[in-house]
Amino acid sequence: MAEEGVKLFGTWASPFSRRIEVALKLKGVEYEYIEENLTNKSPALLNYNPVHKQIPVLVHNGKPVAESFVIMEYIDETWKHNPILPADPYERAMARFWAKYIDEKFWPAAKKVLVTKGEEQKGVIDEIQQQMKNLEGELKEKKFFGGESFGFLDIAANIIIWLVVAQEALGMEILNEEKLPILHGWLQRLLNDAVFKECVPPKERHLDFFKVKFGSSIASK
Amino acid sequence: MAEEVKLFRTWSSPFALRVVWALKIKGIEYETILENFPNKSPSLLQYNPVNKQVPVLVHNGKPIAESLVILEYIDETWNQSPLLPDDPNERAMARFWAKFGDDKVLTSIRSVFIKQGKEQQEALVPAMENLKFLEEELKGKKYFGGEKIGFVDLALGWLANLISILEEIVGLKVVDEEEFPLLYGWMRDFAEAEIIRDNWPPRDKMIVKFQARIDAAIAASAASSSSSK
Repeated sequence: MAEEGVKLFGTWASPFSRRIEVALKLKGVEYEYIEENLTNKSPALLNYNPVHKQIPVLVHNGKPVAESFVIMEYIDETWKHNPILPADPYERAMARFWAKYIDEKFWPAAKKVLVTKGEEQKGVIDEIQQQMKNLEGELKEKKFFGGESFGFLDIAANIIIWLVVAQEALGMEILNEEKLPILHGWLQRLLNDAVFKECVPPKERHLDFFKVKFGSSIASK
Repeated sequence: MAEEVKLFRTWSSPFALRVVWALKIKGIEYETILENFPNKSPSLLQYNPVNKQVPVLVHNGKPIAESLVILEYIDETWNQSPLLPDDPNERAMARFWAKFGDDKVLTSIRSVFIKQGKEQQEALVPAMENLKFLEEELKGKKYFGGEKIGFVDLALGWLANLISILEEIVGLKVVDEEEFPLLYGWMRDFAEAEIIRDNWPPRDKMIVKFQARIDAAIAASAASSSSSK
């Protein structure tokens, strides 16, 4: 019985744990969700992820799995219906390559844009826009990165949603329809998807989150 | 149908070596294109325009970059001598430890060797913690992959070569046999394994290269600390 005892440790505003929610919901897997307070981590979390002490952690039949892409691959291999990764090895490699790109290049730049000002911030914005142009090159005319329905790379690219909320909260202009029409179109489709839209932080609370945490650094420009 | 497999690499890249090992374990014929950095060939830039790095595997004209992504591709395309185990949880553990190696072990070890004095002592703390996790993971196993070399061994294989080179240059013992008996044994077993031992880059050339790198890093940090005073 594969569904027995699935738990997810996450936080409401983490794109990484939200990725896992998407994967589990897509596969229709019942799970218990534990909201962690990262300033006061539970003994359970520290026990399940002693190496990084981070969320997300998936626990399946008592065995923990950490690191969001590792968890997503585990979910795909354990519950085989509604596949997240494509079947073809080359396409799988492309999905993994771009997912890695998002976490290793896009994510650090997206974080940096929130804490820089003036010329330095402008440079980071240019960098992010170039990264998103690269992603558009991978998306091309497809409905989603995964094709007709969303897949591994679409889920990995959920960080773009966080950037869009942040830019609204802080009055920045990074991803807009004019500059990045392909990605903009993709984003609307993703946010309209029945499964996906349940796995983003509530908009108002998320806007407040960015305003409170980063508002002053932008305002002091 | 002729399989055309090309590998773009440099003489010393530890990431490219992972792919060499994987191809050899599977007995896959391939052509090597040796890049001479900093002059990158037009082919490399065409095949990996985003990162412009090695390794790049080109299979029947289609390029794949990022060494761990390449390893998974190789494992899924050629089924003999599997690199990853069958069980999903074990596969997840293998991917976890490979990522840990790149994200944490590599960066913390590098910090130790490019720093000096008090800063070096401080850098040793997370490096040692990370090595302890690896030591734990080897309990009851000859290789990280069990009885045979697997995905994690290839991902961490750079340790088996580079650690002793860096220790020699800097004069600092980091992986001590008494403190890390399993890891020390694994480094020796891995380095001497038949598939692995013939592919190491020349040791003297590596010493020259990394001596220069360490010198440059130390000079750069000395310059920035004196300018910030």
